Amino acid sequence: MNFFVLSLLKAAIVISVLMVSLLYLQWVERKVIAHIQLRMGPYRVGPHGLLQPFADVLKLLTKEGFIPSHVNLFFYLLAPFLAVSLALISIVVVPFGPEVELFGVRTTMQLTDLNIGILFVLAISSLSVYAVTFAGWASNNKYSLLGGLRSAAQMISYELPLALSLGAPLLVAGSLSLREIVLAQQGTILGILPNWMIFQLPAPQLVGFLVFLIAAFAETNRIPFDLPEAENELVAGFHTEYSSLKFASFFMAEYANMITMTAITTTVFLGGWLPPFPETLGSNWAPAVIFALLGALAVYYSRQAPRPKDRRTLPWVGLALFAVAAIFLIPAAHPLLVPPFWFLAKAGFLMFVFIWVRGTLPRFRYDQLMQFAWKFMFPVALVNLFATALLVALFPR
Amino acid sequence: MNDAAVDAPAAAAGRRLTLNLGPQHPSTHGVLRLVVEIEGEFIRKAEPDIGFLHTGIEKQCEALTWQQAVTLTDRVDYLANLSNNLCYALAVEKLLGLEIPPKAQWMRVLLAELTRINSHLVWLGTQALDIGAMSVFLYCFREREDILRIFEMFSGQRMMTSYIRIGGLALEPPRGWDRAVAKFIRGFPAKVQEYEDLLTRNPIWLRRTQGIGCLPLADLIDLGVTGPVLRASGLAWDIRKTEPYSSYEKFDFIVPTRTEGDVYARYLVRLEEMRQSARIVEQALAGMPEGPYQADAPKVVLPDREKMKTQMEALIYHFKIVTEGFQVPAGEVYQAVESPRGELGYYVVSDGTSKPYRVFMRTPSFANLQALPMMIENRLLADTIAAMGSLDFVLGDVDR
Repeated sequence: MNFFVLSLLKAAIVISVLMVSLLYLQWVERKVIAHIQLRMGPYRVGPHGLLQPFADVLKLLTKEGFIPSHVNLFFYLLAPFLAVSLALISIVVVPFGPEVELFGVRTTMQLTDLNIGILFVLAISSLSVYAVTFAGWASNNKYSLLGGLRSAAQMISYELPLALSLGAPLLVAGSLSLREIVLAQQGTILGILPNWMIFQLPAPQLVGFLVFLIAAFAETNRIPFDLPEAENELVAGFHTEYSSLKFASFFMAEYANMITMTAITTTVFLGGWLPPFPETLGSNWAPAVIFALLGALAVYYSRQAPRPKDRRTLPWVGLALFAVAAIFLIPAAHPLLVPPFWFLAKAGFLMFVFIWVRGTLPRFRYDQLMQFAWKFMFPVALVNLFATALLVALFPR
Repeated sequence: MNDAAVDAPAAAAGRRLTLNLGPQHPSTHGVLRLVVEIEGEFIRKAEPDIGFLHTGIEKQCEALTWQQAVTLTDRVDYLANLSNNLCYALAVEKLLGLEIPPKAQWMRVLLAELTRINSHLVWLGTQALDIGAMSVFLYCFREREDILRIFEMFSGQRMMTSYIRIGGLALEPPRGWDRAVAKFIRGFPAKVQEYEDLLTRNPIWLRRTQGIGCLPLADLIDLGVTGPVLRASGLAWDIRKTEPYSSYEKFDFIVPTRTEGDVYARYLVRLEEMRQSARIVEQALAGMPEGPYQADAPKVVLPDREKMKTQMEALIYHFKIVTEGFQVPAGEVYQAVESPRGELGYYVVSDGTSKPYRVFMRTPSFANLQALPMMIENRLLADTIAAMGSLDFVLGDVDR
């Protein structure tokens, strides 16, 4: 098949999955946080608030796109555009699965396999500082300016540990291509542990993984590093003066960044699409079992749900989960479905961690945040990089 | 005051940014406007601008009869309404020379302590929210909801209860109140432990609160700061101990103090106060005396319906009290109670008529707020939020 048609097709699939997960990530976050906080979260629009994301988008679309008179128009409009496009672009290099053959065409489950994939991701995420800085400066508002300055300083500072902690796995894998990094994580250690980067000998990257995760929290401006939008101090930080779709762009960029960061973490440290245990132990059947168990749980819970509405709706949820399990039982669909399943499961777990932390921790103070970056994260990442280099040099593969 | 902030060179002044925090700002817990001059993230000058919630409550009291004015006292400090009811009632009762039966006194103590827990819960929730810990806020409000339900059970109102009246209580305590209170108090210490688990040893929380918002004890005393803020700096000044009222002397509790005087110390003091309040409530519940809930003063207290329908005298008193209110002998009196925020005082003047001549409220929030600029000047902007929250002022209480 023509390269362009194929690429367009893959892009269409990826973008639609990405957009839907963007919308629903927000719904999931609200639900999870709500349940941590003894609330119910969205419940009115659609069953269990499932249509809430669409209602939100519709609301933001129909709001007046107000532009204050005192802004620098060009940069003011450029900022949300930059934010959202930079946040979405990194996903092109993320591999969701291995090479597959579909209707006689061999292709990778990845938009493009750049041989400098990791550098590309780092470059793009560095650029996203501009979006925040432009927004803060062009808004011509004191709160925005302070918020923009804070985030610029924060994002640049955390870029260092982020990049350094990525350096170590590169040494182990010996490649900059994300696909080859995943392929370097095949196999098991002693037959039990998956050979993922966080466990891989000679230099397990557990420290690197944690540093990367913490830096990812800071890069995405999430609690405990959400100072740029610390609403009790700076109202809404850099996006104070933005409304309607321009605000939605920033909002979307935050969640897209979260998705990108979890996708990169999964790819580099958690073995990407690789299953947690080998195929010989039946990992191809695990998704079907997991979905069937979830379905059984839903049906079981529907018998004793306190709300009558849940008693009616939960059996249907269970049924849907059983249907998904049935699809995963088809052996022919395994090469196409199972790798993305593992990828999404790992990324989904990391996203849950992001949300969980938000429900639990307070916020750092600005200077403490900087201290943490320069006096703790940076040295730790550096030592980790040196130790890995040494180990890789001493025990070459 | 720090002179460096005032006499900074002109060049530095040029780099300063004047920032309005409020009056519609998420951190000010109401409508306080804080005008701050910042250099980078440092606050060089801060000026609280109050008055946005001024409703003229003190003046309004003069237009109502003595008993009617109770309803206004609810609205002064809307998070500690029963403390305000109690203080006003005690002041007027002092003028009237009324003897309050023990049951009413103990019930007042019980309700005042529940109010203290209620107010501290709101404080803890909002303080944690300001520092970014969102969940604590909702956990605190879960318990607060239980207390508000108890208040509703007593008076039919969740917040503006007006339950403590001149001469005793507004109504006979409802059936089953003791069970509701006992149920709440039994589960409460575990809930306080839950908040502690989330915050007390959380490194981020420690770094955000320790060493923040300190002032020397002498300055606090000069500024008239009272309540947990003062006690967190080391002075065990509590009106319940120093000038007991409403038979507080019969209860066993300790006044928690700390010496650090920072936001964290205030946090610990208030948490311990919640535990002590729970102890007082338990004692009040266990030893609640039998007897009438209102004073035996036919000229002040409304007679019950049965008497009113059968006795001529009771009917006359009823008519007099309802139509023109009761007269209070001329004189003036100052009564202080320990509200959740500190020393709450009512200075009441009577000219012998059935309406107050003057009601002046010495509100703890007003005095405590004065200490804010000294606490935050030359500190980081983010510390302002922590320090402001730790003072626990209520703007209704500041502005009256």
